[in-house]
Amino acid sequence: MRALRFGYVTGPVLGALWLFVLATTLAVLMSFATGDPFRPAGLWSLLWGAALGLGLVALRPGKGIASLAAAVVFVLLAVIGIGPVASGETASTLWKLVGSGALGLATGWSLHVILGHLPGMGALTRHEFEEAVIRFLTGFGYIFFTAIVAIPFYVMVMTSLKNQSELIQNPLDFTIDLSQGWGLFRSYVELFADFNFGSYLWTSFYVSVLTVLLTLAFSIPGAYAVARLRFRGRAAFSRSILLIYMVPMIVLALPIYIAFSMTGLRNTIFGIVLIYPVTTIPVALYMLQGYFRGLPAEVEEAGLMDGLSRLAVIWKITLPLSLPALASVSLYVFMIAWNEFLLAFMLLDDPSKFTLTRGIASLNSSEIPRQHLMAGAVVATVPIMALFLGLERFMTKGLTAGSVKG
Amino acid sequence: MSDSTGPASGPPRGTGPLLKREARLAWGLLFPTLAIVSAVVVLPLLAIFWISFKPIGLADLRPPTPVVRESLRGSGDDLRLQYRVRNSSQSEPITGVTLSDSLPESLTVLTADPRCTFDGADFTCDLGDLDGGGRDEVEIFVALQGDEDAAEEAAEGSDPRMTGRSNNILTNFDFTLENFDRIFSGDEFWGVLGVTLFYTVFGTLGALIFGLFAAMLLNKEFRGQGILRGLYLFPYVAPVIAVAFAWIILFDPFSGSANALLIQMGVTSSSINFFGERPLALIMVTVFEIWRYFPLSFLFILARMQSIDTDMYEAADMDGASPFQKFWYLSLPQLLGILSVLFLLRFIWTFNKFDDIFLLTGGNAGTRTLTVNVYEQAFAISNIGAGAAVAVVVFCCLVLFSVFFFRYVSQEEGL
Repeated sequence: MRALRFGYVTGPVLGALWLFVLATTLAVLMSFATGDPFRPAGLWSLLWGAALGLGLVALRPGKGIASLAAAVVFVLLAVIGIGPVASGETASTLWKLVGSGALGLATGWSLHVILGHLPGMGALTRHEFEEAVIRFLTGFGYIFFTAIVAIPFYVMVMTSLKNQSELIQNPLDFTIDLSQGWGLFRSYVELFADFNFGSYLWTSFYVSVLTVLLTLAFSIPGAYAVARLRFRGRAAFSRSILLIYMVPMIVLALPIYIAFSMTGLRNTIFGIVLIYPVTTIPVALYMLQGYFRGLPAEVEEAGLMDGLSRLAVIWKITLPLSLPALASVSLYVFMIAWNEFLLAFMLLDDPSKFTLTRGIASLNSSEIPRQHLMAGAVVATVPIMALFLGLERFMTKGLTAGSVKG
Repeated sequence: MSDSTGPASGPPRGTGPLLKREARLAWGLLFPTLAIVSAVVVLPLLAIFWISFKPIGLADLRPPTPVVRESLRGSGDDLRLQYRVRNSSQSEPITGVTLSDSLPESLTVLTADPRCTFDGADFTCDLGDLDGGGRDEVEIFVALQGDEDAAEEAAEGSDPRMTGRSNNILTNFDFTLENFDRIFSGDEFWGVLGVTLFYTVFGTLGALIFGLFAAMLLNKEFRGQGILRGLYLFPYVAPVIAVAFAWIILFDPFSGSANALLIQMGVTSSSINFFGERPLALIMVTVFEIWRYFPLSFLFILARMQSIDTDMYEAADMDGASPFQKFWYLSLPQLLGILSVLFLLRFIWTFNKFDDIFLLTGGNAGTRTLTVNVYEQAFAISNIGAGAAVAVVVFCCLVLFSVFFFRYVSQEEGL
């Protein structure tokens, strides 16, 4: 480690790695955006990155100058053909130059952020060295996580807007032909017109809402009892909630399937609504009791002193105070019910009663083009994402309040 | 609340009436939850133990019943009501089969099968036993008054009622150890267990490490932090079926973008079948698991990080600690509690995970875990008993883990 702690080592090494990361990112980005073949030129990007890092440490230019200089150099390198990003024959020159310029600006600016605080070519303190490494790792982390999260969703949306033959021809070409206008959305139109997705959407919605209501109706009294009232077996009960919450669904699904087959509850929405809340009650109970414990008991005792009964205390004092917790629990339960797949898959066979997830599973066949499958996935994802982003504050709180289940 | 007695007599001992009332109320509030949870969790658990000792297949779920078809045949003197009875099961006998029906007004009985007794227009026939796959026929000769078509419609319109006792394999007392014998014998079980452990250990560790990394990235205030936090939660919030299919399409060997990208970048020369080759498929489903659950670890770790006192870091700065030293000697010990809780909980749930692998590979190409094996045995091979036996094994592992969990962790973080 000690050998690395010199400006003339740290600068080039981090510069080389950083440019390689950025060049790869840009190549992927441009491939996805334009459909033209771009790829990072491994050796060149390492070389130019090292040079840039060395230059930054040695000359210590300002941020603006560093960025502009890098941009100009990269464009020139691209013209000669030895730039950090290589491209195939078919790539358009304009994109090549614009990309190289953008890469130069980004690299100059960000490398300045990473290395700008280094004092020069000489020995570095441990602090300065680690700071530079951490800034590099932070930058890498942002790019890495954003890429791994965004790419599958990007592919999902773009695939749903294209057609099968286009995709097989060039799987990297995600450009969409905007001149089609509304024709872009034809797989969505077909889903709703021919595949009954409107009804699946509605079924999923009301099943989820019913699940939320039933779960709250059962778990609020239970959570209150566990959190506030003294009775024998409270600790054991509290633990058994967690234990039940750990029982794998597939273990229960088999006897439930048998019981439902024998009683005729299979293939009914009623059966689904019966079973979903039970999978969510332990979660909700667990989250709510944590919250109830945190509420000041004095307020409730004041209510009791003033002559309210316990139930009236719950209704008039505890519940209004725990509205945020109720919101996050509801959201979380809604998410579980909306995303539930295993039970719906096992218990529903009749296409007129499918939930959305079951409907998507039925699209997974070789006869149905894959843009329909992806359109179905988008239809299932968008509502829950919108709900989640709109109420993210509640959701984050609720998730950390005691639900580690997936 | 319980010390409501007179002055100077000291606090009361034992359970006072108020305390009893409180306990009664508590049980009253808990009762609905207890009832429904035991109906849907405890009963099925007992059922799975019961079934795991039974030689039962998917086809045995419908108990054998007598099935009847009724028709009016012939004309004039030959006019007769014919009941054709058969046993729905090919192997199990039905005992004490009876058939009862009523004749429409337009028909009167001439002669009937000797096994039938009449009470006005109603009659009951005692058919005795019906072997597996057995058939029987009852004929009643009748005289017709009025239109034949109307009579036929009236006769066939009233459904005959059948009764009979059959040996239901679900409720009788035949037990066998064959299911356990079958799943434990052969190398398959140990292979499945190995796959499960690989998936669980690496999936859990990976999700924790990536979660820790992501939490460190977001543990500072900057513009767009909220957006990034929301974005990084997407994999966890989106429906598993949507993201699993997105992955399948992304990594498709023929037209997947990932393969095209790798070929274009020169990493590989021919396309890779990510979810179809033996060691790779298992790695891919583990990566998927990490991808889907790192948001959860990151949320918990971030919440814990934000509650760490910053004074400590200032003191460390004064003492000249470097960033890595601060992380290693200050942050990590503070996070150890939540990390161990998360590890155990995620370990249990990853062990229990079913949908992800089922959707991605269906348990093929060496990715069959115990939970997928439950489904495979019960539905693909149609051997419910063996599926239940695997489920029992899964449940026993779970009990083992949770004993461990409650002993070492629950007091630490109060989870």
